[in-house]
Amino acid sequence: MNNLNELRAKCKEIYEKKLSRPRVVVGLGTCGIASGGDRVMKAIQEEVAAKGLDVDVDFTSCIGMCYAEPMVEVAIPGMPSVVYGNIFPEKVPQLLESHVVNKKPVYEWAYIQIPGDATPLEGIDVMEKAPYYEKQVRSVTARLGRTNPESIEEYIATGGYEAFEKCLSMERQAIIDEIKKSGLRGRGGGGFPTGNKWQFVYNAQGDKKYAVCNADEGDPGAFMDRSILEGDPHAVLEGMMIAGLAIGADEGCIYCRAEYPLAIRRLNLAIAQAEKYGILGDNILGSNFSFRIRIKAGAGAFVCGEETALLNSIEGQRGMPRVRPPFPANKGLWGKPTCLNNVETYANVPNIIRNGADWFAQMGTEKSKGSKVFCLTGKINKTGLAEVPMGITLREIIFNIAGGIQGGKKFKAVQSGGPSGGCIPSEHLDTPIDYESLAAIGSIMGSGGLVVMDETTCMVDVAKFFLNFTQLESCGKCTPCREGTKRMLELLQKICDGKGELKDIDTLERLARVIKNSALCGLGQTCPNPILTTLRYFRSEYEAHIVDKRCPAGVCAALLVYVIDAEKCTGCGACLRACPAGAITGEKKQPHSIDVAKCIKCGACITKCKFDAIKKA
Amino acid sequence: MSACACEKVDLTKEDAALAQLLDQYRDYKGGLIPVLQEAQNIYGYLPKEALQKISKELKIPFSKVFGVVTFYAQFHLKPRGRYIARICLGTACHVRGGAKIFEAAKEHLGVEAGGTTDDLRFTLETVACIGACGLSPCMMINDDTHGRLTPEAVGEILDRYE
Repeated sequence: MNNLNELRAKCKEIYEKKLSRPRVVVGLGTCGIASGGDRVMKAIQEEVAAKGLDVDVDFTSCIGMCYAEPMVEVAIPGMPSVVYGNIFPEKVPQLLESHVVNKKPVYEWAYIQIPGDATPLEGIDVMEKAPYYEKQVRSVTARLGRTNPESIEEYIATGGYEAFEKCLSMERQAIIDEIKKSGLRGRGGGGFPTGNKWQFVYNAQGDKKYAVCNADEGDPGAFMDRSILEGDPHAVLEGMMIAGLAIGADEGCIYCRAEYPLAIRRLNLAIAQAEKYGILGDNILGSNFSFRIRIKAGAGAFVCGEETALLNSIEGQRGMPRVRPPFPANKGLWGKPTCLNNVETYANVPNIIRNGADWFAQMGTEKSKGSKVFCLTGKINKTGLAEVPMGITLREIIFNIAGGIQGGKKFKAVQSGGPSGGCIPSEHLDTPIDYESLAAIGSIMGSGGLVVMDETTCMVDVAKFFLNFTQLESCGKCTPCREGTKRMLELLQKICDGKGELKDIDTLERLARVIKNSALCGLGQTCPNPILTTLRYFRSEYEAHIVDKRCPAGVCAALLVYVIDAEKCTGCGACLRACPAGAITGEKKQPHSIDVAKCIKCGACITKCKFDAIKKA
Repeated sequence: MSACACEKVDLTKEDAALAQLLDQYRDYKGGLIPVLQEAQNIYGYLPKEALQKISKELKIPFSKVFGVVTFYAQFHLKPRGRYIARICLGTACHVRGGAKIFEAAKEHLGVEAGGTTDDLRFTLETVACIGACGLSPCMMINDDTHGRLTPEAVGEILDRYE
């Protein structure tokens, strides 16, 4: 059998040569590009060409600090490499002049430094010690923001495909045993032990088997799979190849949502590169293992993230779930045994094989091993991507990593698990993050989205938002979900409109219970979670809407009245001019007032008032 | 190229591309969705004739093709413009003359709500609120928000989008 030694030596040479040169690296993940990274890239290229600078211009993916995008790293050999944030094109000339030409970092724009072998600079946080990274581990996300995701050479030079090569000389059962021993569980939300799943497919009878990757990340507020696909596509391919080898599949399929064009482009490129080097294809490295991977782009349906709906969609059908059993492990794609895992699950596999199951199992809690990538969004100071060991508390993630609540406001709840998850209140902030603990407080781990809400968020409105989402995305196959989501949404709308009755709460609870127990797939079974958890932890808000006809957070427009505080109003007239409905009257320099009957509650006056004189009550 | 193509003298460039696409996917298991995606790239939407051809050539009942098309949000049965102009008719825009803006846009483009101009430049849609009430009346063209509109300004703004 051949090996990758020669190729690996060549790749290491290429990579080391790159590291030995001065470099300017721009973060070009989707978030980087959306905040202007491509314009920064262009500005850097133009500046480098115009001044004839001796520096390489390169790009990487998302390092995780979305709040500081666009990010640019300047690496001068012999000096710590510095990662700058909020770099816009107009800052480029000064940055290059100072750091590249004069070797003087621009301290006020620096976010973190990566010293390598050099002496750390004073006054810039070293990455591992920076508040954002201190509590993180970087395992699945290790290459994100550090290597060029479109270079297979860099992947191989940093240990890539070592695990696969090792597996080629292992017994198939031994690979599965290693995964079992590691304690890895499905990262897509369900948390099913991955090794057991592989064992079922291994044991299943069939002339043909498939390894399928679920990259249909549809939860609003979740983007970790996108970041992994964009930042380390080869790791996902390698994980799938190892799975294919272990279960006896020769074909893999990645079902990626069409809304991720950059991820699809980088995956296609990665597949072509791996085929070119003979890592994917027939009789890989002279073994008798052959494996091909193809990509299926989704067509815009949230329910296709459900495994059986996903399989139907790959087969060219409407993406509706199938009745289980039979499970995909026995009858999956085209009726053949199929191993179906999520992006992050596959991406963990090469690390487990390379570093050993014990290394993985020492991270995390008794039943939830390893690390998990979370997406931090909502009303926090630092939005972004964070990989943490299982068992860390929500408080550590929200207050240490994400830097607490924006504008010094009060924390109210954190929503985990997308539309299938629940809202967790402050009294449970010290709950360790693992599958069982989150389930015990009514939420789920889910795929890893964490949406933080502050005191200005109305929990009834949040429940309504998620129900609106699931109702629109319900595929319509089973009655509990099709009809139930609609009825629950109507009740929530009624409450938000100020027409609710106390018995509506009981009806909601009963509906939620029935739907949970009778819906066909995960979408329906979990869609009542946002309602059940908000009712459990924020019942008083529902009651305020119903009994007092009042929205305590000041969100539900039908329940609000805008008033002007005569003490604070200076009569400047800014609100009067801003009001689209002509509802505000008043003489110049005299306190103004709002005609409640004419007011359309658009909020234009509040935005305009400089004296904080307009209140929602 | 399929055999029947030579008989049709008025075969358009799009039809030829579809025929070529179908040849490529004829024996491909589960090819319906990729075929629809690429057919939509060819035509900009999914015309009935194209769906009929896809159904016939891939030997999938038309009802099933139609079922798949209407299931996924990505597929459109009517042509859509390069630019989607969404006129806000929310409460704030309404009282500040959003309807007049809508009339002006309709007149300028010559289409009704949901309609698309013949040159496939614009699709005109209405929206309940885009959250820019302070700038009312307003509209969005693709991802750009335009506020403080007057009926006279609408045509001029639309003309900027080629």
